[in-house]
Amino acid sequence: MSRIIYVILGWALLGVGAQAAGGHGVHLDHAPVDIQNKASLQRGAKYFVNYCLSCHSAKYSRFSRVATDLDLTDRQVEENLIFTDAKIRDPMNVALRPEDARVWLGTAPPDLSLEARARGADWVYTYLRSFYLDDSRPFGVNNLVLPNASMPHALWKLQGWQEAKYKAERGPDGHEHPAFEGFELVTPGEMSPKEYDRAVLDLVNFLVYLGEPAQLQRKTIGVWVIAYLLIFFVIAYFLKKEYWKDVH
Amino acid sequence: MATDDVDRSRRRLLTAAASVVGGGGAVVALWPFLSSMSPSARAQAAGAPVEADISQVEPGQLIRVEWRGKPVWVVRRTPEMLESLDDDRDLLRDPDSLIASQQPPYARNEYRSIKPEYLILVGICTHLGCSPTYRPEVAPADLGPEWPGGFFCPCHGSRFDLAGRVFKNVPAPLNLVVPPHRYLSQSRILVGKDQSEA
Amino acid sequence: MNRALTNLLGWIDARFPLTKLWDEHLAKYYAPKNFNFWYYFGSLALLVLVIQIFSGIFLTMNYKPDAELAFGSVEYIMRDVNWGWLIRYMHSTGASAFFIVVYLHMFRALMYGSFKKPRELLWLFGMVIYLALMAEAFMGYLLPWGQMSYWGAQVIVNLFGAIPGFGPDLAVWIRGDYVISDATLNRFFALHVAAVPLVLVFLVIAHIMALHEVGSNNPDGIEIKKNKDANGIPVDGIPFHPYYTVKDIMGVAVFLILFAIAMFFIPEMGGYFLEHANFIPANPLATPEHIAPVWYFTPFYTVLRAVPDPFFGVVAMGSAVAVLFFLPWIDRNPVKSMRYRSTLHKLNLILFAIVFIVLGILGTKPATPLMGEMAVRFSEVYFLFFFVLWYSSRTRSNGFSLLLFVLLLGIVTAYDFVRATDITMNLVSISWLIPALYLAIMLLLPIFTDLDNDRPVPERVTS
Repeated sequence: MSRIIYVILGWALLGVGAQAAGGHGVHLDHAPVDIQNKASLQRGAKYFVNYCLSCHSAKYSRFSRVATDLDLTDRQVEENLIFTDAKIRDPMNVALRPEDARVWLGTAPPDLSLEARARGADWVYTYLRSFYLDDSRPFGVNNLVLPNASMPHALWKLQGWQEAKYKAERGPDGHEHPAFEGFELVTPGEMSPKEYDRAVLDLVNFLVYLGEPAQLQRKTIGVWVIAYLLIFFVIAYFLKKEYWKDVH
Repeated sequence: MATDDVDRSRRRLLTAAASVVGGGGAVVALWPFLSSMSPSARAQAAGAPVEADISQVEPGQLIRVEWRGKPVWVVRRTPEMLESLDDDRDLLRDPDSLIASQQPPYARNEYRSIKPEYLILVGICTHLGCSPTYRPEVAPADLGPEWPGGFFCPCHGSRFDLAGRVFKNVPAPLNLVVPPHRYLSQSRILVGKDQSEA
Repeated sequence: MNRALTNLLGWIDARFPLTKLWDEHLAKYYAPKNFNFWYYFGSLALLVLVIQIFSGIFLTMNYKPDAELAFGSVEYIMRDVNWGWLIRYMHSTGASAFFIVVYLHMFRALMYGSFKKPRELLWLFGMVIYLALMAEAFMGYLLPWGQMSYWGAQVIVNLFGAIPGFGPDLAVWIRGDYVISDATLNRFFALHVAAVPLVLVFLVIAHIMALHEVGSNNPDGIEIKKNKDANGIPVDGIPFHPYYTVKDIMGVAVFLILFAIAMFFIPEMGGYFLEHANFIPANPLATPEHIAPVWYFTPFYTVLRAVPDPFFGVVAMGSAVAVLFFLPWIDRNPVKSMRYRSTLHKLNLILFAIVFIVLGILGTKPATPLMGEMAVRFSEVYFLFFFVLWYSSRTRSNGFSLLLFVLLLGIVTAYDFVRATDITMNLVSISWLIPALYLAIMLLLPIFTDLDNDRPVPERVTS
C-alpha cells in the first residue's frame, strides 16, 4: 500500500518538477521573423484585432501609427481594424475592465504592446502553437510553454484542438518519467497545420513590430549615420597625420 | 619640432574640411532633439480636428465645441442679423477682413463664413485672451444704442460684431479668428481641417 | 575683422582669464608625445558625460517620475515623441559605453602606474568619480520602473539593511518607504537628474585640474618634466593643442562609429544594455526568475554573492571597491610603467583583467554550486592580486616570499575548512588549485627564477 503511495507521490512530484522546469526547460521553436514583410504585418494586425484585442490591450500603440507603418490608409484601418468607437489616433485600448477580467478569467490579461519584446519572438510563436486539451483547467486547455496558463485557446477556430502526447522515458535517476513526445490534432480547425503556423508567424511578426515600431526606421538611419561618420573619420585621420608630421 | 616646412595651406584645407563636415554633422545631429520638442503623436491626437453636429442649433443660438483646448463657437444667424452686417461698417476697424491671418481665404467675405447662416469663430478675444460673451440683442441698456448685436469682452471692453469683426477704439486690435473648418454634410462640420486639405 | 576680434579678446582677457586658461590647459599644456591607444579614454569619458547630460535633459522633458506613469512615459518617448526612440537609445547605450570607457581608462592607470606619486590625488578623484558614476547608473536604472528596475533596486537597498544596528532604519530612510515605492522613484529621479550630475561635473573639473597640476603620465612611466629645454619646455612634451585635440577628434570619430553601431543596430545588446525583463512593468508581487544587475555591476555582485552571510557579503563587496582607493599605497614600486616591470607583474595585470571579466560573467549567471564555487575562488584571487602588488613593490627575500605564500594560502585553506560541507568538499578541494596556482606563480617563482626582476627605465620616452 505504502509503495503505491510512494509511486504516485513520486510521479506527482516529477510532474510538478517537470512543469516547473517546463517554463525554462521547454524547447522553443525558432520563429523566422521578418519585419520588412508588410503583407505579413498586415495579416498579423488583422489576426491581432480579431482574436486578441477583445481581452488584451495594446495601449502604447496608436491605430494611426499602425496605419502609417503598415502602408495602410487611415480609412482602411478605421474600416477593418477598429471595431469599437475608437478614433484613428486613439491608443489600441480594450473595453474589458481589469476588475471584470479578474472575475471572468481569473486574472487581468496583460497588455501586449511589449510582450514579444519581453519574452522573445520564439517564445510567443511556440506559446501560441502549444495549447492542448486538458480537462483539469477552467477553460479546458493547458499550455506546454506556460504551464497552467489562465488564457483560453484564443485561436482555436484557426488551429482546432490538439492533445499532448507523452511517452515513458527512463531518466538519469533510473526512474520512468513522462516525456513530451508531440501534439496530435484531434479536431481540425479552419486552417491546416501549415497554414496555422504561417498565421501565427504573421501574428508574431506584428507583435514584434508592436514591441518597437521604430525598428522599421532605425537601421536605415543607422546606415546613413555610420556612412557620414566614416567620411568624417577619413578627414579627421588625414588632419591628424598632417599635424603629427611635426612630431618626431 | 620642425615648423619651417609646414604645409600651411594643406592644414588649412583639412581643418576647414573637418570643421565643415563636423559642424554640418553636429547641426544634423541636433535636429532630432529640436524636433522632439514639437507636438508628439499624443499632442497631435488631442489637437485633432473635432466634429460638431449643428443640426439642432436654433436660429440666433450659439453652441460651443472644444478644439485644441480652445472654445469654438457656432452661431446660427437670423436674416436680420445678416442684414445688420452691412450697416455697422463705420464702427469697424477691418470691415473687409483685409488682415489675412484672422481667417482662411474661404471666410474672407462679408459674412466671414462658408455659409452665411452659420458663423464659426474661435471664442478668444484678440486682445489678451478672455472669452467674450454673446450679446445678440440690439441696443441693450448696458451696451448703448449703437450696439448692432455681437460679442462683448468683459475683461477690457472689446467689442465684435455678428461676423466677429472688431470695433474701432477698443483694446482688441484684430477680428476674431475663424478656424479652418469644412462641412461634412448639412448637419455636421469638422473644425480644424480646411476645405482644401485631403 | 581680425582687429575687431583681437580687440574683443583683449576686452575679455582684461576681465576673465580666457587666454590664460586656453594657454595653461590647451595651447601650452605640454603632454608626453608618446600617448598610445590607452590614452583616448579620458577624452572619450568626457564625451560620454556630455552625451548623457544632453540626451538626459531631453528625456526629462517627457519622462514622468511617478510610479503609475513612469513605465508608460518611457513607451510614450519610444513611440509618440518625435525621435524619442533615438534619444532613449542614445542614453541607454551611453550608460553602458560610459562604463566600458571608464574601465579601460582605469586599466590604463593600472598598466602605466598613473596612480603613483605625484598622481595619488588624481587617482582618488577618479575613484570618487567612479563611485558617483555607479550611484548615478543605479538610480537611473530605477526610472523606467520595469521589473528589473524594481527588483534590482529592492535587492541593493536591502543590502544597506544588512548593516547591523542602524541598517534597517537606513534602508527605510533611503527608500522613503518600507518597500521600493513611488517615494523612492521620485527621489532617485531628483538625485539622478540634478544632484549627481552636478557632483560629477565638479569632480571631473577637479580631476582635470589635478592632472594638469602635475602633468600627464605616459606609457613609459617617465616624468617628462625632469627633462626640459632652454625654454623650460619638456623635451618629450608637445602642446596638447593642436596635437592631441586633433588626435582625440579622430578617436571620437572611431568611438562614435562603434556607438552608432550599437545604438542603431543592437540597442539591447542581447539583453545586456536593455534587459528583457525591464519591458514588463514593475510588479511588487511577482519577482522575475533571475535578478541580475546590469553588466557593469556584475563583478562586484559576484563578490557579494560569494559570501553567504548578508552583512559580510556587503563588507566583501564594499571592500572590493574600497581596496582600489588604496592602490597608490599598495603598489609602491618606483617603476611606474609595466613596460619596465617584471614579467610576473605583467602576468599579474593580465590575470587581474581576466579575473575581473570572469567575475563579471559569473554575476550574470544563476547561482549553481559550481558557479558559486568559482565565484568564491575568483573573488579570492581578486583580493590576492592586491597582496601580490604590494609584495612586488620591491625585491623580497626568498624567506619573505615563502612566508607570505604560506600565510595567504593558509588563510584561504582555513576558510575552505570553515565553509566546506560534506557535499561540497570535493569541489572545494579541486577548486583550491585556483588560488594555490596563482599564489605559487606570483610568490614562489621569484624564489627560483628571475621573472620578478624589473627592467631599467629609459631617460627619454620611446614611442
